[in-house]
Amino acid sequence: MRYEAPKTLEQAIALLSGANGQARVLAGGTDVLIQLRSGRADPQLLVDIKAIPEMRAVVADSGGYRIGAAVTCMELIENEVFARDWPGVVDGVKLIGSVQVKGRATLGGNLCNASPAADGVPALIAAGALVCIAGPLGRREAPVEDFVLGPGRTSLGNGELVAAIQLPRRAPHSGDAYLRFTPRTEMDIAVVGAAVYLTLDGKGVCRSARVGLGAVAARALLVPAAAAALIGTTVDEAALERLAAAASAACRPIDDKRGTKQFRVKVAGVMARRAAAIAIERARRQG
Amino acid sequence: MSRNHVSATVNGDQVEFLCETGQTLLEALRDELRLTGTKEGCGTGDCGACSVIVDGRLVCACLMLAVEAEGKAIQTIEGMATGETLHPLQRKFIEHAALQCGICTPGILIAARSLLERNPNPTEDEVRYWLAGNLCRCTGYHKIVDAVLDAAREMRGG
Repeated sequence: MRYEAPKTLEQAIALLSGANGQARVLAGGTDVLIQLRSGRADPQLLVDIKAIPEMRAVVADSGGYRIGAAVTCMELIENEVFARDWPGVVDGVKLIGSVQVKGRATLGGNLCNASPAADGVPALIAAGALVCIAGPLGRREAPVEDFVLGPGRTSLGNGELVAAIQLPRRAPHSGDAYLRFTPRTEMDIAVVGAAVYLTLDGKGVCRSARVGLGAVAARALLVPAAAAALIGTTVDEAALERLAAAASAACRPIDDKRGTKQFRVKVAGVMARRAAAIAIERARRQG
Repeated sequence: MSRNHVSATVNGDQVEFLCETGQTLLEALRDELRLTGTKEGCGTGDCGACSVIVDGRLVCACLMLAVEAEGKAIQTIEGMATGETLHPLQRKFIEHAALQCGICTPGILIAARSLLERNPNPTEDEVRYWLAGNLCRCTGYHKIVDAVLDAAREMRGG
């Protein structure tokens, strides 16, 4: 196995393109190293993207943010300006493993590992984030909810890699939040995760919303029906009930040691509802 | 197979070593540099026994390739005491009997030092959350948390 740490995106793409699918991108490595150790991955080439400056930067961009694919979770958590605009995204990032893991792990890697339970992903879906992909045919963008195809599978083609994640401009009077259910508060994998991003008008009526769910299907889901339950309401008790019902109805979970189907369906509604309550509180506070 | 040449600093000393691409920083520290204070627990980033500080960042040495250490400044448990003088955290761990078998101790000391460098006055909750990635299967954490809080108090001069 060969190791390369290119200094430009173009060099990284050339290395990946020339490897006949036998290369792996190395960002934080907190998933890749475990796969190497267990033998689940056996690439001939590792392409470390951490020496590429644009991959390491969080850039304020047209009112939003461009998070380089190699920015670590700790760097993002410590970025106070970003955390003020997208606290729900940071809620998710804070839950990705221990301090040690977050010191290496990246949001881009959390996305590319394509776990249905990835804590970083539902809030990105709720926020309307885009994945910025670079490859031999140039650059393209894809909504986060379309990027992951299933467990361990993404829409990346040969020679392509994620360069960054683009967060839009946060709307005025808006807030986002992510919550997960786990038996322990730390060092656990989501049984269910739910993220809500909503925008209020001057009268406190919800004008737009997006709801993302994790760990309840083969990939994290955007749930338009759950968002529709909030839009046009003051996010009162009746709206929250409809949100919870719609979130539960969208679940297509598996039974496993962390939770049964029935439990996940029920808890998805509860988590969505609680996340909406935090999001609306943040929207009112942030103005 | 060609091996990778790495130069880095460990506890302030310039070091050079050769490693295979698949070798972790933990393996390089222990097997190439013979710094065996950093322990392997799980090897999958769950237990924190291999915690080290790389360029100021607390990380698991088992989740980093040795070849990624090129040009980095690494701090391990071997650099914590100054000669024969223990770091206050080390002293407080002994005073509070915050260890039994000792396998988790180097990682917890390194993690606790990293916390106190950022936050000299943590609450008990902050200590517990920061150390959530360090597993101890002997003592049950209370004495560890007490020792960290006591060391923090002493280091603040109180």
